[in-house]
Amino acid sequence: MSRAFTVQPGSVHTGVAGRLSDLFWRRPKLLLALMLAPPLLWLGIIYVGSLFSLLLQSFFSIDEFSGLIQYEFTLKTYRELLRPANYDIILRTTLMAAAVTLASVVIAFPISYFAARYARGRMKAIFYLGVMLPLWSSYLVKVYAWKLILAKEGILSWFFDSVGLMPVLEAVLALPVIGGNSLSVSYIGTFLVFLYVWLPFMILPIQASLERVPANLLEASGDLGASQGQTFRYVVLPLALPGIVAGSIFTFSLTLGDYIIPQIVGSSRLFIGQAVYAHQGTAGNIPLAAAFAVVPIIIMAFYLWMAKRKGAFDAL
Amino acid sequence: MRSDQRSSKWLKLAAIAGLLFLHLPLALIFLYAFTTEATSYQFPPPGLTLDWFEVTWNRADVWEALGLSVKVASISTVIALVLGTLCAAAVSRSRFFGREAISLLVILPIALPGIVTGISLRSAFNLADIPYSTLTIILGHATFCVVVVYNNAVARFRRLSASMIEASMDLGANSFQTFRYIVLPNIATAMLAGGMLAFALSFDEVIVTTFTAGQQATLPIWMLEELVRPRQRPVTNVVAMVVVLVTFLPILGAYYLTRSGTDTAGAGK
Repeated sequence: MSRAFTVQPGSVHTGVAGRLSDLFWRRPKLLLALMLAPPLLWLGIIYVGSLFSLLLQSFFSIDEFSGLIQYEFTLKTYRELLRPANYDIILRTTLMAAAVTLASVVIAFPISYFAARYARGRMKAIFYLGVMLPLWSSYLVKVYAWKLILAKEGILSWFFDSVGLMPVLEAVLALPVIGGNSLSVSYIGTFLVFLYVWLPFMILPIQASLERVPANLLEASGDLGASQGQTFRYVVLPLALPGIVAGSIFTFSLTLGDYIIPQIVGSSRLFIGQAVYAHQGTAGNIPLAAAFAVVPIIIMAFYLWMAKRKGAFDAL
Repeated sequence: MRSDQRSSKWLKLAAIAGLLFLHLPLALIFLYAFTTEATSYQFPPPGLTLDWFEVTWNRADVWEALGLSVKVASISTVIALVLGTLCAAAVSRSRFFGREAISLLVILPIALPGIVTGISLRSAFNLADIPYSTLTIILGHATFCVVVVYNNAVARFRRLSASMIEASMDLGANSFQTFRYIVLPNIATAMLAGGMLAFALSFDEVIVTTFTAGQQATLPIWMLEELVRPRQRPVTNVVAMVVVLVTFLPILGAYYLTRSGTDTAGAGK
């Protein structure tokens, strides 16, 4: 212990490890740089480098005759996105993302509200794990489960049949655009699977924002004569908005970028993700695939900007 | 104060219906693993059997895919543990220029749609002439696994008091001893939780993997092929059930490890 008393700067520790420690102590920036270097190099080179190369490729174009990539700067590929067929894909995906987001807010809110305000002890743990387990369950297994559910011979048809509501299901499937031969090849099916798979991503942020709402705020609102509806509209909802926005960023972004769900459950009409996959794969048109992949990034950037402008982040 | 208020019946009903909506499809997976029907998704199952478990057990391709998935997930988890913990330590120990940018950088691979991450990596591998292999799968997985380790570790570092580290140094321990005896025991459970979640995330990943894998199939890729072109429905049913069980364990584990804190693991997949 005598070492601790011989306080001579730089000679407190001995040995290589000791001298290194002293060096780190005297120059904390060095340690910081050493700690940051590996993760930053990894993410910087592998991830940002990749993103950059994607961006770069989207400014190249493909020669229509030879099918080879021409490595010179052009906006031709982006113009191609505006062709009706491609434009439809973007519009369809965005509308689906919006519908999924709205529906998931409606379903998620009661779950979050109950879990945040009324569930205690065991109940709270049940709600927490009840959201967490589906969230972390295998994505493909969840999609597979819905393939089972939506199949023509599956549980949903069986259910409608046994309660005598088969005509209702058939009438819904006969609707133009959203209908189809069976649920598993209709937009309704795609929508349900998206909704199911991304719902937990909406529940958790809303619950987190509701947990922070003090109960006495609601009591004060009631004391001042507000009805339950008014309290909800003017107190709860504005305070929950940051959570809703955070959740909608997930549901929107995830729907925009998914290519597996519409491929497995849905009509044969493409979504952005499928277009990216098709163009980079069989078609070999990497520039167009890259340009398509930039679309969700731009939509998300615009979405975040709007949310910020509306003040959704102020309360965070 | 809160608990003496009763929730309305409708709210409770809607909340429970929502939870059921989340869980019934998973329950169905368990039922279908035992069905005797092999060519369609008929409900209710005409009969129940255990035969498909034996059939699946003897399938070499399933074991191969499982082996690759475990290998990729293990290596990616180790890389993510090192990188994520280092990053969390650096970010939480000091304030410096660009600190926010680093948090953003770590979160970006998971915040952007998977397809963007996937095709970026693919185009980069193309440009750099790197052949697709197990290595390219791991490169991709480790990149998006960093964030879960980072989130868990950052939350724990925030609670680790700086005076403990100073006290250790004052008592003559060097940085490495301080790390070994003070920092590590304090962050170990958070690292374990983060590692489990990273493993679960990698084990299940399919979107990025389809872009970075060559000919090899991880278990999700195997499942995806079965989903697109069903050939072995009963085997797929059994595999799906096993996958659900296997992913439940790390989640429950991570939950019990971090339960005491206010920052519970897994909240930011």
